[in-house]
Amino acid sequence: MKIDKSAKYCKTHEWVRVEGDLLVYGISDYAQDKIGEVVFVELPEEEEFAKGESFSVVESVKSANDLYIPVSGTVVEVNEALEDDPDLVNSDAFGEGWICKIKASNPSELDELLSAEDYEKMISELD
Amino acid sequence: MSFKRTNLYDWHLKNGATIVPFAGWELPIQYKTGPIVEHKAVRTDAGLFDIDHMGQIIVSGDEATAFLNGLVTADLTKLDMGNSTYSLMCLPSGGVIDDLFIYRLAKGWMVVVNASNLEKDYAWLKKHGEGKNVSIEDQSEETYMIAFQGPKAIGVLDSLTDGRTGKIARFSSAEETLFSVDLLIGRTGYTGEDGVELFYPASQAEKVWQGIIDQGKTVGVDVLPIGLAARDSLRFEPGFPLYGHELNEEKTPLEGRLKWACALDTDFIGKDAILKQLEEELPSKIVTFELTDKGVPREEYRVLNPDGEDIGYVATGLYAPWVDKYCGNAYVKPEYAKIGTEILIQIRKKTKKAVVIKRPLYKPSYR
Repeated sequence: MKIDKSAKYCKTHEWVRVEGDLLVYGISDYAQDKIGEVVFVELPEEEEFAKGESFSVVESVKSANDLYIPVSGTVVEVNEALEDDPDLVNSDAFGEGWICKIKASNPSELDELLSAEDYEKMISELD
Repeated sequence: MSFKRTNLYDWHLKNGATIVPFAGWELPIQYKTGPIVEHKAVRTDAGLFDIDHMGQIIVSGDEATAFLNGLVTADLTKLDMGNSTYSLMCLPSGGVIDDLFIYRLAKGWMVVVNASNLEKDYAWLKKHGEGKNVSIEDQSEETYMIAFQGPKAIGVLDSLTDGRTGKIARFSSAEETLFSVDLLIGRTGYTGEDGVELFYPASQAEKVWQGIIDQGKTVGVDVLPIGLAARDSLRFEPGFPLYGHELNEEKTPLEGRLKWACALDTDFIGKDAILKQLEEELPSKIVTFELTDKGVPREEYRVLNPDGEDIGYVATGLYAPWVDKYCGNAYVKPEYAKIGTEILIQIRKKTKKAVVIKRPLYKPSYR
């Protein structure tokens, strides 16, 4: 299972990476492995969301999985490549499978997320 | 609730299966490669399905043929020895109790039923068999059932049976011995591909299963095990109904477009209701639809007309891998059943555009 050491994580298996003044957002390699082959990603609207709101859905063959925004902010860019190749989420969860970029309105909320080490420990205890 | 396991359960675990509960059983929903690869492998090569959860009820005795013919929609008197037919078993209301495959064998009629309906079917047969000279025996425990499907499946079995498997006609069957196990080979299946379903003693479950995979290697055919997810998408594309989705006790064969499975020149329970419904407007009708907007339809999502009025529900919804469409079957009011009709599918908070399309999405290779 891959882990991106430079990202922070939610208990619900989303990752966030700081790139410049934006946050890049996706689901973890562990999560994509658990939900199986992704056939569609309902990309978020480019608008403002409050922390914890459901703002996107990743659909695998057998399930629709809600994604929650980990920090309050505005979605400024979505990964349009997922419209044609949703399985990028499976093949490269931390890279080409990114879902959106967020301009955080309260960046201190980032501190509440798990470090890569803590997330790795959490998933090792799940299996 | 405790779940039953097939005799291949440990094999599935060893071979990377993800196990889920299904119809009272713990069964593989997929293996390592995932359901899309599995689906395509059955369309291009060959796949093996552990379907031992399905039930087998043997109906025999002097009155067996007349008795069973009065309970199912097919005309069994037309079947030659060794042949099989798809059929429905209906309530007096016309609602479907179960869909079945029925084989005419020397030992009697073998009725192959859905796992989730085994107890209900058995009780229904027993109740109607009271006082008649028939024996009704549930042989599900001792009978193992697997399916071997795909364009290369027959070739693998031909290499083991000196070419005899390929000579079995579609919907017929033959007795053979494979890997020292006596079995019944039926030229049947539920994937839209050529192939077989095998019935043999449950104690030999792995011997035959592994034997087929190994023989595939010998003759250069990669035989993949196939899980429930791909089994569902494989039966959907050629338009085969699945009980609990397209079929239930509330919907009749006419609503499900299964009139072809009803021999209306014979008498069976439910026939009167079906004949009456033929004279009336149907309450609903099954359609196949494709999303023209992006999204994944799922079972139980509501279907709306372009004005936003509720007109039905999704019975099966999925991404169909071979035809590469986001699509499904829905029960809608009959005025919306015409090909080309624009409908809407309610997906969470949004409505997505869809259109009624021609059935089936995939023409079975043996037709």
